[in-house]
Amino acid sequence: MTEVSTREAYGNTLVELGEENKGIIVLDADLSPSTMTCFFAQKFPHRFFNCGIQEQNMIGMAAGLAASGKTVFASTFAVFASCRCFDQLRMCLSQTGLNVKIVATHGGITVGEDGASHQAIEDLALYCALPGFTVIVPADAIETAEAVKAAANMHGPFYIRLSRSKTPLVYAEDYHFALGKAVTMQEGEDVAIMATGIMVAKALVASEVLAKQGINCRVINIHTLKPLDEEAIVKTASEMKGIVVAEEHLAHGGLGSRVAQVIAREKLVPMSFVNLKDRYALSGKAEELLQKYDLTAESIELAVKSVLEKK
Amino acid sequence: MSNQINPGSQNAPQARQVNVFDLSMVDLIEMAKKLRRHIITMTATAGSGHPGGSLSSTDIVAALYFKVMRYNPLDPQWVDRDRFILSKGHAAPIVYAALAESGYFPVEELTTLRKFGSRLQGHTDRNFTPGVEMSAGSLGMGLSFGVGVALAGKLDYRDYCTYVLLSDGECEEGQTWEAVLSAAQYKLDNLVAIVDYNKIQLSGWVKDVMNLEPLNRKWQAFGWHAIDIDGHDLGQILAAIQEAQKIKTKPVVIIAHTIKGKGVSFMEGNVKFHGKVPTSEEVGRALRELE
Repeated sequence: MTEVSTREAYGNTLVELGEENKGIIVLDADLSPSTMTCFFAQKFPHRFFNCGIQEQNMIGMAAGLAASGKTVFASTFAVFASCRCFDQLRMCLSQTGLNVKIVATHGGITVGEDGASHQAIEDLALYCALPGFTVIVPADAIETAEAVKAAANMHGPFYIRLSRSKTPLVYAEDYHFALGKAVTMQEGEDVAIMATGIMVAKALVASEVLAKQGINCRVINIHTLKPLDEEAIVKTASEMKGIVVAEEHLAHGGLGSRVAQVIAREKLVPMSFVNLKDRYALSGKAEELLQKYDLTAESIELAVKSVLEKK
Repeated sequence: MSNQINPGSQNAPQARQVNVFDLSMVDLIEMAKKLRRHIITMTATAGSGHPGGSLSSTDIVAALYFKVMRYNPLDPQWVDRDRFILSKGHAAPIVYAALAESGYFPVEELTTLRKFGSRLQGHTDRNFTPGVEMSAGSLGMGLSFGVGVALAGKLDYRDYCTYVLLSDGECEEGQTWEAVLSAAQYKLDNLVAIVDYNKIQLSGWVKDVMNLEPLNRKWQAFGWHAIDIDGHDLGQILAAIQEAQKIKTKPVVIIAHTIKGKGVSFMEGNVKFHGKVPTSEEVGRALRELE
């Protein structure tokens, strides 16, 4: 699979959107060469503000600009965009519903060498906890571009989590993104693998291997964690022997928790989870870390088999 | 090239309209008393709330709503309105009193403060109350919002002014100083911060809890034009705002030295009345003093 960086797709899409909509303002907290908002800054210097290393102030400024009619994109690393300014997100954006799009890069452990301080692995739990926020984790660069455009065209606060490293393309150029709708990437009738972000590509690899062993998996990309496509989850649960949820996040509060809540309420089926459990990771290359912390196609295969054993 | 914004918007096409009340000094003093009476009645009826810090802000808020700011209560979202942003959200009663007296909603509604179903939430909430620009309550966030609003005014060549009322206690929050830095960086001469420096916070005297002095020099060192005034002298308040409007290329802070609980003898300078309301007997005494 071809690998393209999601943050680069974000940077390019912002420029496109900036051409069409003069009301778009972009904020960044000293990280624009990394978040790729630098493309927008070069093209539209008067609509770009480097807020310095002030994430809390950046959220407040974003709220003030949005309350004055602007569509605001604010970017920094996922770890700072969630943990550093949570109270500001809560009162200034969640409670007000103002039109601010937080697009954070460097999500998850694939940040790599920078280590635990920089690895955002609780961001999805935090953002999903905030009423009114739409939370999206695109699976590849093509979906990123689509999701960013969708966010720009819808009113209200959004969180979009992107990665540092390049991500395999799982979609073709003609892919149409539908907010809040789970995407069936591959049909199957034994076990469903629900994945988000970088884990979607790994789920596809796992399902190929499992198919050769006679286990047919339905691979579902849940790009929108909130609002969750509950209908698709319930339907899947009624058709499958079990569900595996895979995400680059801690065990609690992310996609796994959210899907399990629906399953517990609507339709019980065996479940298994591929995630970072309840621990922080170390420094290392992205690929090394994914191996070490079991975020691999092999881990998904094992999880699928464990679900079948529970049946 | 980034962070370069439009210079002062004095050439903006919109004509600057005046405050619809434009009260005389005598009437302004009477209005301030009336607002204080509302604060006492509202908080006492609610049974909870923050009268002390509302009373200390009263003269500042009275000057802004009844002499200085241009706005239209019939069109709260009018794009050219001057913005008043309450950062010290616990002083909601004074803002509600001013909004009611200026016609955003009926005065009778004031006594619904903090009650279930009321538009007047315990701390200001922009979703519910017409005229409230921003939600507040968690301290230290209002100035950042004000920076965004003032920046939008520059970007759109509008000549509105953005006023942010902060508490002294809020100057202990790190985010306040982030916002202070950024307003100077963006040369926001359309932004006026007013610190209600009543010297008392919830648990004691500010100087004992977390000293802010020298406060004026701190703001100046951060690139602001800083003016110290007696925050209960309406003449000084109006003069300071006039001075602020003349300052170009930098934001202005008015450090208003005030007295917590101002206007009611037994509440003045009394830490107890930060977050406690007067008893029914005290209400009678307070209202008599404010006649």
